[in-house]
Amino acid sequence: MTDLRAHALDNGTPTLRIRDLSIEFARRRGDDMRVVDRVSLDIWPNEIVGVIGESGSGKTLTSLATLRMLPKRARIANGTIHLDEMSLHDLSEPEMRALRGDRIALIPQDAMQSLNPTMRIGRQVGEPLELHSGYTLSRAREAARKLLESVHIREPEKRVREYPHQFSGGMQQRAMIAMGLALNPQLIIADEPTTALDVTVQAQVLKLLREIRDQKGTSILFITHDLGVVAELCDWVYVMRNGKIVENGPVRRIFTSPQADYTRMLLDATPSIHTVPQVTK
Amino acid sequence: MMTAFSDFDWRRWRLVITGGTIIAIILICAIFAPWVAPYSPYDLDVVAMLQSPSPAHPLGTDELGRDLLSRTIHAARISMEVAFIAAGVGLVFGTLIGVAAAYFGGIVDLVLMRFMELLFSFPAILLAVVLMASLGTSILNAMIAIGIVFVPGFSRLARAATEVVLREQYVESARAIGMSHTRIVFIEILPNILAPLLVEAAVAFSYAILLESALSFLGLGAQPPEPSWGNMLNTGRGFMVQAPWLSIVPGAAIFLSVLGFNLIGDGLRDVLDPHMKE
Repeated sequence: MTDLRAHALDNGTPTLRIRDLSIEFARRRGDDMRVVDRVSLDIWPNEIVGVIGESGSGKTLTSLATLRMLPKRARIANGTIHLDEMSLHDLSEPEMRALRGDRIALIPQDAMQSLNPTMRIGRQVGEPLELHSGYTLSRAREAARKLLESVHIREPEKRVREYPHQFSGGMQQRAMIAMGLALNPQLIIADEPTTALDVTVQAQVLKLLREIRDQKGTSILFITHDLGVVAELCDWVYVMRNGKIVENGPVRRIFTSPQADYTRMLLDATPSIHTVPQVTK
Repeated sequence: MMTAFSDFDWRRWRLVITGGTIIAIILICAIFAPWVAPYSPYDLDVVAMLQSPSPAHPLGTDELGRDLLSRTIHAARISMEVAFIAAGVGLVFGTLIGVAAAYFGGIVDLVLMRFMELLFSFPAILLAVVLMASLGTSILNAMIAIGIVFVPGFSRLARAATEVVLREQYVESARAIGMSHTRIVFIEILPNILAPLLVEAAVAFSYAILLESALSFLGLGAQPPEPSWGNMLNTGRGFMVQAPWLSIVPGAAIFLSVLGFNLIGDGLRDVLDPHMKE
């Protein structure tokens, strides 16, 4: 599993290639504040890449930069982002808009907050199809039903007519994933998608993401601060701190022989991950 | 569906239903005025001047012998028309301006909202009178003038509500699936700011009726012989002692319709309050 990268290196381009990305926040007084500093990362097809780090380490900004959706005061100071061979920096806003939801999908942290409370689930899940593939409302709704089914939501024909507040937290998150899957994107950016969920539901969502990767060969960028989730799901891991990548490598190596002090500190801070597998083995 | 009917929460909707019933009756009278009213509102009858209520004229007659009930019913047409069109003008333009100001921010926000504050700083009646004076006195101009009076209120409300919605995660999610600005405004923002705007619209209805009556009372709204509750009140003022019904009847009509719209507004506020949703 961890040799996936070596294999991918033989035949071509990564799905996403970020090189020397720096992001700065404009400040009213003084110099701009650099929050992401020369970050480089690759995600290959059929690969789940984890980015771990504490809050404020620049994980989310890096992913927002990929969608070109940085907050107003932030700007890319330096670096390139390529999706396949395409430089995202060179695209016009309408071209970028055509890409979002179609080739890159974002699964956000808080599904409840990310669903429009006044719109039925079916309409929302089918929305990307309406936007990018010109589906009619009824066709999009039918597709939404199938999408909900594919993320294991029971009674999808009833559920498409419901509103977000009628869904449980896990179902909302799965609905968001269904929406992300609508157009079979090459890259899914999952920004702490399980943080708001309890452990059993979290396991279901992780299993679902793995299924998607296995069935469709989608690349997944998984952002989290939860080492347990990384160990369970990811093939390759980047460790971020203060806007810099301090270490990266196959997930097993990161856990067994971390190189950077910070990674070691993280592992020590979560004993269950580091010690339990050894005890049970 | 039977179940949906029996599940209906009458208690929660009672204010809306009470107000709605009053307004519905007034609306039906207004729409079907020629059939509902026993007489024509313009027919003079010099023999029956200033008659008190009687079987022939249930609400009496005015100084020219015209049937007061018929005139009141026909006047409802003007009041309702003014209320709906004026509140509509206020709602549409106010929302447009408010949403644009919040969505684009910066200089657009600054210019639009300063202009709104300028309008807001005029007393409503004075603003309407000034507008009427420059537009000319007609009922259409009265509607436009009253509508313009409402624009700043709606725009402030829409702007504040939009700012709240713009901070919501689902707007960002909408961008993340590639939605355009127009689509975000119509699909994500408008449905989510509708509740407070509807409440405001109900209040605007009642206020529009009062404003129209005030303008007609001042001789700036509906022009005689066209009946309007405002100019009927104005006429009644001269006969307060001999024929008090001339003032009481249009006054009661204004009171009832304002009450109806206010009940709807209050009721909607309670029903649409997210904290009261189950």
